[in-house]
Amino acid sequence: MVPVAYYLILSGILFACGVIGFLIKRNIITIFMSIELMLNGVNLSFVAFAAQWQHLSGQVFVFFVMVVAAAEATVGLAIIIAVFRTRETLNVDQVNLLKL
Amino acid sequence: MLHLVLFLVFAAICVAGAINLLAQKHPISSALSLVVVMASLAVEYLLLGAEFVAAVQVIVYAGAVMVLFVFVIMLLNAGEEELTKGSHVALILGIPGVLAGGLLVAWVLVKQSGAKTVSLGALPGFPKTIGGLLFHEFLLPFEVTSILVLIAIMGAVVLASKPEAQERPPARKES
Repeated sequence: MVPVAYYLILSGILFACGVIGFLIKRNIITIFMSIELMLNGVNLSFVAFAAQWQHLSGQVFVFFVMVVAAAEATVGLAIIIAVFRTRETLNVDQVNLLKL
Repeated sequence: MLHLVLFLVFAAICVAGAINLLAQKHPISSALSLVVVMASLAVEYLLLGAEFVAAVQVIVYAGAVMVLFVFVIMLLNAGEEELTKGSHVALILGIPGVLAGGLLVAWVLVKQSGAKTVSLGALPGFPKTIGGLLFHEFLLPFEVTSILVLIAIMGAVVLASKPEAQERPPARKES
C-alpha cells in the first residue's frame, strides 16, 4: 500500500524539473525535452488519480495526452529545423527578432 | 511493502534522470536521461495497474518521440550549449524558494490525502477495457485526435521541407 500523495509528489517533482529546465536551458532542443518531462509528470498524476477513484477515464486521458504530445513533438521539431535553417543556431538567446 | 520498495526505487531513478537532464550540457545526454525517466515512469504505471498506458509509454514516448529527438539532434549536429550568465539573485532566492514551496505542497498533499492509499495494481487498465472506453464513451475525442495527428503530419511536412523544394517548377511531363 502506497499513499496516493507519494505519486502526486513524484509527479510534482517531475513537473518542477521540467519547469526549471525550461527556464535555465539555452538549447532549444533541451527546452523541448523539458516540456516532454512536464507532460510526463502530469500523466503520472492522471494515472494516480485514476487508481484512487477507481475510474478508467484517467488512463484514457493519458492516452489522449500522449497523442497530443506526439503531434506536438513532430510539429515542434519541424519548427526547430526551420529555425535552424534560417538562423543557423540552436541557442534561444540568438532567436530574438520579437524582442523589443 | 514490495509495492513501496518498488515505487521508491523507480521514483529515485526517475528523479535522478530528471536532474541529470538538467545537469547535462550536451543534448544527446539529456535525451538519454529523458529515456531513463520515461522507462521508469512506465514501471510506475505498471505498479498502479495501468498496463496499456505503460506499454504505450514505452512504445510511443521512449520509442517514437525520443527517436525523433535523437534524429533531430543528429541532423542539426547539436553541440554543447553555451550557458549565458544567470543572475545571482535568482540563484540565492530561487533554490530556497523552490524548496520551501515544494515542501509546503508535499506537506499539504500528505496531510490531505495521506489516508488514501493504492494497492499494487489498483486499477487494471487492460488494452481491452481501455479500447472499449475509447470506442464507446470517448469516440468523439478519439476521432478528433485522428484529425489532430493528420494536421500534425501535414504541418511537419510543410515546415521541415526545404524552401526551394516548394518553389521548384512542376516537372515537365514526359511525352
